[in-house]
Amino acid sequence: MNDIALSVKNLGKRYQLGAIGRHTLGEEIKHFWLKFHGKDPKEHMGQVGHPSDPSKNIHPEFWALDHINFELKQGEILGVIGGNGAGKSTLLKVLSRITEPTTGEAKIRGRVGSLLEVGTGFHPELTGRENVFMNGTLLGMKRKEVANKFDEIVAFSGVEKFIDTPVKRYSSGMYIRLAFAVAAHLEPEILIVDEVLAVGDANFQKKCLGKMSEVAKDGRTILFVSHNMATLQSLCTQCMVLQKGKCVFGPGNTEEAISFYLSQNRKNAATPLASRTDRKGYGRVHMTDVELRDPVNNTTCTHFISGRPATLRIYYTQQIAGEILDVEFKIDIRTKASALLSVLSNHMSQTIFPEIHGRGYVECTLDKWPFAEGHYLLNLKLESQTLLEDSIEDALILEVEGGDFYGTGRGFPTKNEGVMVAQTWHQAPTPESTA
Amino acid sequence: MTDTMPITIIRANSPWWKINFHEIFEYRDLLMLIVKRDLTAVYKQTILGPLWFVIQPLITTIVFTVIFGNIAKIDVGDTPHFIFYMSGLVFWNYFNNILNHGANALVSNSSLMRKVYFPRLIIPLSGVITQLAHLALNFVTFIAFYVWYLSQGAGLEPNKWLFLIPILIFQCALMGMGFGLWISSMTIKYRDLRFALPFLSQLWMYATPIVYPASLVVTPLYKKILWLNPMTAVVETARYGFTGQHKPILSGIGLSWVVTLTVLLSGVMLFNRVQRTFVDTV
Repeated sequence: MNDIALSVKNLGKRYQLGAIGRHTLGEEIKHFWLKFHGKDPKEHMGQVGHPSDPSKNIHPEFWALDHINFELKQGEILGVIGGNGAGKSTLLKVLSRITEPTTGEAKIRGRVGSLLEVGTGFHPELTGRENVFMNGTLLGMKRKEVANKFDEIVAFSGVEKFIDTPVKRYSSGMYIRLAFAVAAHLEPEILIVDEVLAVGDANFQKKCLGKMSEVAKDGRTILFVSHNMATLQSLCTQCMVLQKGKCVFGPGNTEEAISFYLSQNRKNAATPLASRTDRKGYGRVHMTDVELRDPVNNTTCTHFISGRPATLRIYYTQQIAGEILDVEFKIDIRTKASALLSVLSNHMSQTIFPEIHGRGYVECTLDKWPFAEGHYLLNLKLESQTLLEDSIEDALILEVEGGDFYGTGRGFPTKNEGVMVAQTWHQAPTPESTA
Repeated sequence: MTDTMPITIIRANSPWWKINFHEIFEYRDLLMLIVKRDLTAVYKQTILGPLWFVIQPLITTIVFTVIFGNIAKIDVGDTPHFIFYMSGLVFWNYFNNILNHGANALVSNSSLMRKVYFPRLIIPLSGVITQLAHLALNFVTFIAFYVWYLSQGAGLEPNKWLFLIPILIFQCALMGMGFGLWISSMTIKYRDLRFALPFLSQLWMYATPIVYPASLVVTPLYKKILWLNPMTAVVETARYGFTGQHKPILSGIGLSWVVTLTVLLSGVMLFNRVQRTFVDTV
């Protein structure tokens, strides 16, 4: 009759940014004392982690989830796509009842099993067997159900020999396999999964994916968060795209959702940096432009060439007066499908920028540009004393032309984006040649 | 088939007084597994294992006997010092262990609670049961000494008040859990309590007639404070049952139950209020 497994109405979750309240009793007493003497505590105490800026609310709030509505029929697999901070994890947390929403409600028909982590509650001192029971009941199974499936779980994990050994003696691979085996044998009507598939070796991942689609064929409903577009494509019957806590697409057709998400990234990247408003961080300083430069001729350029020197110049403008000390610039380099390839950072290369102010720029130079032909998305971050000041996702699309990275005239063997790495090969002498 | 499926409703601002006891019952397997884990995992790679839970109170008793009995010479009547201190310590330790376990329930399990849902009350409840096993060990040790002293003809007069022992143990459990839930809920906001707790519980022990009989306190104000502490009634009643000396004040026993139930109920509700969103602040 009623085949709606999950219905979400107006769901919202609000968080406070910066330091919440007063963390120690001492601060609380000081707060009370100031209040008692008719002073405004906010003025006198200042907020930890929040630079004094009178124009800003002392306790800035943000909605990690904002008016989310959707319905999911029994047996459907819904993929949730979104950049970092889009609200995916919050959605899963609220639906798994780990934290309560601020507004709205969700109605779930059937038992919920949520996998936000592999191996939740594993205790290193306990044996594999004990942990299987512990983990299984934590995920909502009855002891008897675990006992019935025990052999199956152990067989799936492939750690039969070590099942009575404390898991602290397991290799990390064994540990994950056992943990996932428990999770894979959960039989709730609704399964909530958060990218846990990104663990283990390729073979095991394949096994897990197979298990997931098997589960779905049994008529169970799955809510699935992933960065991996290929996985989403092969698994989900529909997808929704979240952005800044709002549902901007769907739920609808998976292909359309994915291309919507990717085009969204590109659209963002086409906007000039200075006029971007979807920034995060305290914002005392903004990054206003990125320039590609050829360090040999000291000119700007439109694209980089693999294997050639390349410079990224980032311009910044201070927005609010004050000292901005110990600055770290970070550049995430990702493929169009959002897979992170590398991170560049001045801290990583042991360069300290003790202070910046006003306007200016910093440069990051690579002697040999290691990325293969294709298009890359760049995220930019600026931190001061490890505090996030400015962050822009998909700040630009970087075009790379194929080039002779290895100095052999050969390029990257595939047409995909990727990183080229200098390497040395060596063949051990065969018996014949030594003879 | 769909009709038999349970329906879960997740809603903003669920009422703080609404506690789903049925759900806690549904999770009883988890409760027992956590108890089993806590009982076994602590002893892995120790030689003496659970014996530690016998040795610790025994040594405390010996120290008390030497310091308060032989040196300070606190008058405890005809009761052998050893029995006097140990009878109090057995109950105090049960209470104190539950209190400490409960107080750390949320903070020390936050990494688990951030990743999976289960009725949060399971953690403090598991403490009550785990500590019951330790209490049993202590109690058996105590009875062994008691019987030995009795056979030596020490001035001990066991009486029918001994039948109250199970109720006293139950009261210790309720009390320990009640105070534990309070502290646990407040620790979320004020981490200071984590540091203050060991110190506070030590002070509390001295405010309970463990190293002295309640009858030594005669100043009316101090007497009131003493009996407002619900542990006073528990220790005094148990000791009277074993020794037949210093009959507890009946109104004091009544008061201790009022305090116990008030703290427990308010503690459970406060905990229930805090646990809904505590992962956001931890």
